[in-house]
Amino acid sequence: MSASSTTLPSAGPVLGSRSFLSRLREGDEIVRLITFLFAASVVLITILLVFELWQGSALARHKFGFAFFRTSVWDPVFEQFGGLPFIYGTLVTSAVSLLIAVPLGIGAAIFLAELAPARVSDTLEFFIDLLAAVPSVIYGVLGVFIVVPLMRVYVQPALKNTLGFLPLFQGPAYGVGFLTAGVVLAIMVIPYIISVSREVLLSVPRDQREAALALGSTRWESTWKVVVPFARTGIMGSIFLALARALGETMAVTMVIGNTPTIRASLFSPGYSIAAVIANEFAEASGELYTQSLIELGLVLFLLTFILNGLARILILTTSQRGSGMGNA
Amino acid sequence: MNPRLRWRKFVSNFMLTMTGCCAFVAVSVLFVILGYLVYHGGISINWNFFTKLPAPVGETGGGMANAIVGSAKLLLVATLIGVPIGFLGAIYLAEFSGSKVAFVVRYAADLLNGAPSIVIGMFAFALVVHPFKHFSTLAGGFALGIMMIPITLRSTEQFLLAVPRTLREGAMALGASKWKTIQTVIVPAAYRGILTAILLAFARVAGETAPLIFTALGNQYWSHGWTEPTASLPVMIYNYALSAYDDWHRQAWAAGLVLLGLILIINIVARAILSRGISVPRA
Repeated sequence: MSASSTTLPSAGPVLGSRSFLSRLREGDEIVRLITFLFAASVVLITILLVFELWQGSALARHKFGFAFFRTSVWDPVFEQFGGLPFIYGTLVTSAVSLLIAVPLGIGAAIFLAELAPARVSDTLEFFIDLLAAVPSVIYGVLGVFIVVPLMRVYVQPALKNTLGFLPLFQGPAYGVGFLTAGVVLAIMVIPYIISVSREVLLSVPRDQREAALALGSTRWESTWKVVVPFARTGIMGSIFLALARALGETMAVTMVIGNTPTIRASLFSPGYSIAAVIANEFAEASGELYTQSLIELGLVLFLLTFILNGLARILILTTSQRGSGMGNA
Repeated sequence: MNPRLRWRKFVSNFMLTMTGCCAFVAVSVLFVILGYLVYHGGISINWNFFTKLPAPVGETGGGMANAIVGSAKLLLVATLIGVPIGFLGAIYLAEFSGSKVAFVVRYAADLLNGAPSIVIGMFAFALVVHPFKHFSTLAGGFALGIMMIPITLRSTEQFLLAVPRTLREGAMALGASKWKTIQTVIVPAAYRGILTAILLAFARVAGETAPLIFTALGNQYWSHGWTEPTASLPVMIYNYALSAYDDWHRQAWAAGLVLLGLILIINIVARAILSRGISVPRA
């Protein structure tokens, strides 16, 4: 992550003024052609991916139209497919995960960028990078064996006793469900928020901090009222990035969400998500319409993450360009 | 000190302490994960785990030899697809292309990189599994390979561009052709970075489960050749962790420990290579 986000001086292609024939003889044109084919294949694969998703869901799109997003019947036997419970589950779990991950992640990023000495900050960032490398199925295993029992025995009863008057925290505590999936997702996306936010905070010019301190603000005031607002767009970018990860996350969610296509207000109730239903049913889906409905869900997921990733990239780029070139802390 | 100032100082110290707590909590997750995996996985890991086939339902013991070999085969296919496309594509972007083509290729790569892994799995299913009517090692490797391409491409390109312009010009001034320059000057100068990029891409897909569920499927036995369904460590962990048998849970922990150990070691090695700097001084 840190390797890909550092900005490096660009040294564009150097063009010789030799004739086409001599370039051909020395192999330049051949190499150019070969490498071009490989580069073009990346574009081709991407186009093919979008095409397959679009084409593969044509039947379902025509049959259900926009009702696909409004109905919640998922019945393979009678070939009635509505995607609402899955879209709902995906959105709710992602929202819960962001509610937990954003404060924690930004807090940690502030500590790493503003307070910790460079050596401590770099060491912690190293651990954070390792955390980002942990595969999602491992988070799933920990979710199943540790988070689910914890939620069932301690967290959910405690929430019910204190905040039980809210419809969000009612109903039996199964352990699995929206809340648990949200917690596991939060643990998974925190490293992304920290890494990107830390980079963005570090790119805020030193003068900004010094000016605030010189005006008599405390360390926290200079951080919260000057540095963080300066880095606001970049931090938003990191949150969008985390949201895109959370939406598309499959294994960990599948293992702890309960896999029941219901729409309930309670966060304790088991649910389902787009990625989870694809993971569970795609291999066994029989019948054209069934498969196509699942592919349409995949298309929805792809478009959501595509939009969020695009927004994230624009936001992060704007901030780091504005700040770079000045002295870093 | 007036009360207002005292309050502001208190808020400052309190909030800054809180950020420290946040960082502590976030980092401690890594050690919780490692601790649990070493504790649960450590007691269930033994020689059989690496050499035996999974035991039939109801029997204890057995291992995951087929999943370890299966993962290795899947990753071999993935590397054969992902690395050449990523590496050669990056050479084109860094050394030959104009800015318009480069923009399109980078955009496509970023799109591919952001696609959820389960969607990549559907793509591989439609492209490889469906036409051949077979779940296979090739299909699973193809899905993982697709995921390796954008990671390898984007970071390799950055490291190629980081090679100082003076080196290029020096080679050109000596009369070397573009190809000769790339071969003997630019790639050797950036090789640490390129190696890191490939290692990180490898580690990233080594733990991927979602694209494998309906491409490589799974297999309780050895998978022969490249066109049969194959077991893999991540899918095995997934299935075993959700099973109802304690012995399978133990195996899942053990497999998790092996997989995470491998991924973390590759990550640490990759970062160690990079921290020694790319082998030429930056201009």
